[in-house]
Amino acid sequence: MTAPATRLEVSGLAVARGDRSVVEGLGFSVATGEILHIRGRNGAGKTSLLEVLCGLRHPAAGRIASGPQPAELHWLGHKNGLNPALSAEENLRFWCALNGQPRAAVDAVLEPALQRVGLKALRHRPCGKLSTGQRRRAALARLLALPRPWWFLDEPLAGLDQSGIELLTDLLEAHARGGGAVLLTSHQPLPERLPGVRLLDLAR
Amino acid sequence: MSAVWAVLRRELLLAARHPSDWAQPLVFYAIVAVLFPFGVEVQDPALKTFAPAIVWVGALLAALLGVERIFRGDLDDGTLEQWLLSDVPAPLLVFAKLAAHWLLTALPLVLAAPFLAIALGLPAPAVKVLVLSLLLGTPCLIFTGGFAAALTVGAQRAGILLPILVLPLMTPAVIFGGGAVRAAAAGLPFEAPLYFLGALLALTVTLLPFATAGALRNALE
Repeated sequence: MTAPATRLEVSGLAVARGDRSVVEGLGFSVATGEILHIRGRNGAGKTSLLEVLCGLRHPAAGRIASGPQPAELHWLGHKNGLNPALSAEENLRFWCALNGQPRAAVDAVLEPALQRVGLKALRHRPCGKLSTGQRRRAALARLLALPRPWWFLDEPLAGLDQSGIELLTDLLEAHARGGGAVLLTSHQPLPERLPGVRLLDLAR
Repeated sequence: MSAVWAVLRRELLLAARHPSDWAQPLVFYAIVAVLFPFGVEVQDPALKTFAPAIVWVGALLAALLGVERIFRGDLDDGTLEQWLLSDVPAPLLVFAKLAAHWLLTALPLVLAAPFLAIALGLPAPAVKVLVLSLLLGTPCLIFTGGFAAALTVGAQRAGILLPILVLPLMTPAVIFGGGAVRAAAAGLPFEAPLYFLGALLALTVTLLPFATAGALRNALE
């Protein structure tokens, strides 16, 4: 069995979107306990870079020397991974069952996770009838229900109100302090209280 | 195996929420088979001759109805991204998804087929072979359709592209399925076409989930 990844290292990384190269010659590393904030203008390649780093797409050049395995990471993209016909609880139960969590274990983590993101009262409402921010919160509940050390979050602040941003900040802080790693893209500056934040500016 | 059950359970839950998704192919199938005799004389012996083809082509067209939508919803809501990043092998998830689709849309066609076949005047021994051939052949149709759906899931005009892609791939199932029923109706040996269908089934359910998962990954790139 492979030891859990404690560092993600890339060198000479190039990312292309279609025929267009959006990132070239990128090299950096991230360790557990750190938060990497990927920033850049629209079209700079933030999402594509994050997709390459988590394994959703192949790099155009360069390599990822070390990094987390699928079982060690969470991906939260622009889409929340929630079926609109199913409730937040049903969606979470599905993802937990898919990842081999026994029912009793799911029962134990589900309520605290939904409570933490403020969706306990709406747990049975179909996700298609939730607001954009509430769906984002339901997606965040997945990160809590299935604990994994590496979080790849693409514009996680999008659609969240002020209390949602506070919630996400708390989650990121707790995750980093607990030895997890976060790689996220965001146009907005991150709150200062977050520990171990490093900036990767794609404009440079 | 828990991942397979999780996918099956989710698909059954979704089918319960949207009954039209599984009822539509069944209704279409019944309409095709019921309306066909109106186009010819009811006592026309040609009807009995064409019955295997009517039931089989009807099943093919009904199975095609929902195929385009197999992965569309999962692409739109981000489920596919999560599947491809899961530590569960993507071909296994694809297999479960297509198996659930067969269970919900094709199995009702298989169960309805004997009634339609009897109505079309097919003799009883041929009806048994018909059911067996559909049991072997409809998974081939669904898994082939699923592969084509994965190839076109990101395409704007998948509705036109998909039938063009899929019909040549589905033709062998119709040839052997219809052939077995025709042979049984004529009192001839029907085992050989069924063996071909069995071989086709073994190939499609074991190999196409890998190709389909690859096509889905390609669609997300």
